[in-house]
Amino acid sequence: MFDVDVIRKDFPILNREVNGKPLVYFDNAATSQTPQQVIDVIVDYYSNYNANIHRGVHKLSQEATDLYEEARQKIQKHFNAKCSHEIIFTSGTTHGINLVANGFSHFLKKGDEIIVSALEHHSNIVPWQMLCERTGAVLKVIPMNLEGELIMSEFDNLLSKNTKLVFVNHISNALGTINPVEYIIEKSHEVGAAVLIDGAQSAPHLVPDVQTLNVDFYVTSAHKMCGPTGMGILYGKEEWLKKLPPYQGGGEMIAEVTFEKTTYADLPHKFEAGTPNICGGIAFGAAIDYMQSVGFDNIATYENELLKYATEKLLAIDGLKIYGTSENKTSVISFNLEGIHPYDVGTILDKLGIAVRTGHHCAQPIMDFYKIPGTIRASFAFYNTKAEIDALVAGVKKAKMMLS
Amino acid sequence: MSIEEIQNEIIDEFSMFDDWEERYQYMIDLGKDLPLIDDQYKTDNNIIKGCQSKVWVHAEMDEDKVAFTADSDAIITKGIIAILIRTFSNQRPKDIIDADTSFIDKIGLKEHLSPTRANGLVSMVKQLKMYAIAYQTQLN
Repeated sequence: MFDVDVIRKDFPILNREVNGKPLVYFDNAATSQTPQQVIDVIVDYYSNYNANIHRGVHKLSQEATDLYEEARQKIQKHFNAKCSHEIIFTSGTTHGINLVANGFSHFLKKGDEIIVSALEHHSNIVPWQMLCERTGAVLKVIPMNLEGELIMSEFDNLLSKNTKLVFVNHISNALGTINPVEYIIEKSHEVGAAVLIDGAQSAPHLVPDVQTLNVDFYVTSAHKMCGPTGMGILYGKEEWLKKLPPYQGGGEMIAEVTFEKTTYADLPHKFEAGTPNICGGIAFGAAIDYMQSVGFDNIATYENELLKYATEKLLAIDGLKIYGTSENKTSVISFNLEGIHPYDVGTILDKLGIAVRTGHHCAQPIMDFYKIPGTIRASFAFYNTKAEIDALVAGVKKAKMMLS
Repeated sequence: MSIEEIQNEIIDEFSMFDDWEERYQYMIDLGKDLPLIDDQYKTDNNIIKGCQSKVWVHAEMDEDKVAFTADSDAIITKGIIAILIRTFSNQRPKDIIDADTSFIDKIGLKEHLSPTRANGLVSMVKQLKMYAIAYQTQLN
């Protein structure tokens, strides 16, 4: 059975103090904490297996290669990709998005259209703007409503035979809204457009099945799902990955090199130039093992409970407003106190040992939509507790008292 | 009073407080006494970059001394800029340029000194000193 007290013992960092107070870590949407099981794998790798992979004939290199490729298979199974070479290791979500954007710059022409959503993270806006500048394609935006939901009828209107690509995050990092990606994928395919889903915020909370979704590309980061930073994956359908040209040149991604011509390696190595983040890949596999052992169903149920509890408690504070009020959201609460700058509240909470994010959360268009400088964002993970939420609520009340 | 004397005065005031809450409360109160910037100078050009909240600063020469006015949309930031302006305002440009700001550490606000800090105290000091450098160049 799911027992948060037992789970908390897996996370050594949760024992530390900040400003003389026990740490309350509510910045999970930015990065999640690392359980001992994953830390052990990292230590074990550098203690016993560290070697360069894929080329060495020696034992260490072979063992490290096996561990790295086993991790790829683990990740393939987790996301239910058809084959392991559809999983490309990247440095994270942003890298994956840029890889695809760069690839599409070879296919797009003037007048083609790319659709993104009003809920995007900057990393899912800027690469496409750059792509449009390079190709003359036009960027269209699915608008949002006051609840922080995408307006699907507007999306239907934006779709046309000119639409070549649609890029939407699965879950908004700033508001927590779960977007109707199934609908978006289906409708986009009807006009022949490819779809990339930014899964940075979804992979930690649910298990996306890329085949059932029938998505063309799915990107995510390890560090939001109890894994290390600097590691992530791009899932791409095999036919797309074969079509896309390589992103970076270098070792590992070649088949044959002469000064006249280079032929590229097969998938996935075509997109994995240079020595990869070997330990990061192995640790990502371990992080998925860990989360599976906790159970994604348990995680979702418990996090929803935390969300419901925190929403009720916070809304009871006079003058507190929550941004992103969709029925369909994950354990993220973006809020403000009336007449008080989010930065001030964040500073007081930090003095109380409570880690939240303040600012625009790399989603400035959302803040412009609400005409606010930013929000205070508390994002909960399965190792958080109701007692910690009580501490947050008390902290917000104290901040309100000090700052009004 | 010299910059150093004002800084010592501020250190004395803050030494009366036992905990961070009292210090922050006092800093917030100081923000309320900040000489406010005239609305006409509250322009994008006068915003200090590197702060999560908006901070506007305006400088004017009054004979041989620099007078600063400022504002911020965040109250803690307003307190910080108020403390800086209290030490730097109505001082000669050269004294501002040479001034040491380590007193911030002594009033228990050390965490605001980190250059990576989003409130940009370091950027504020830099901006105030830039004005002083500009006026010093004019005087020369």
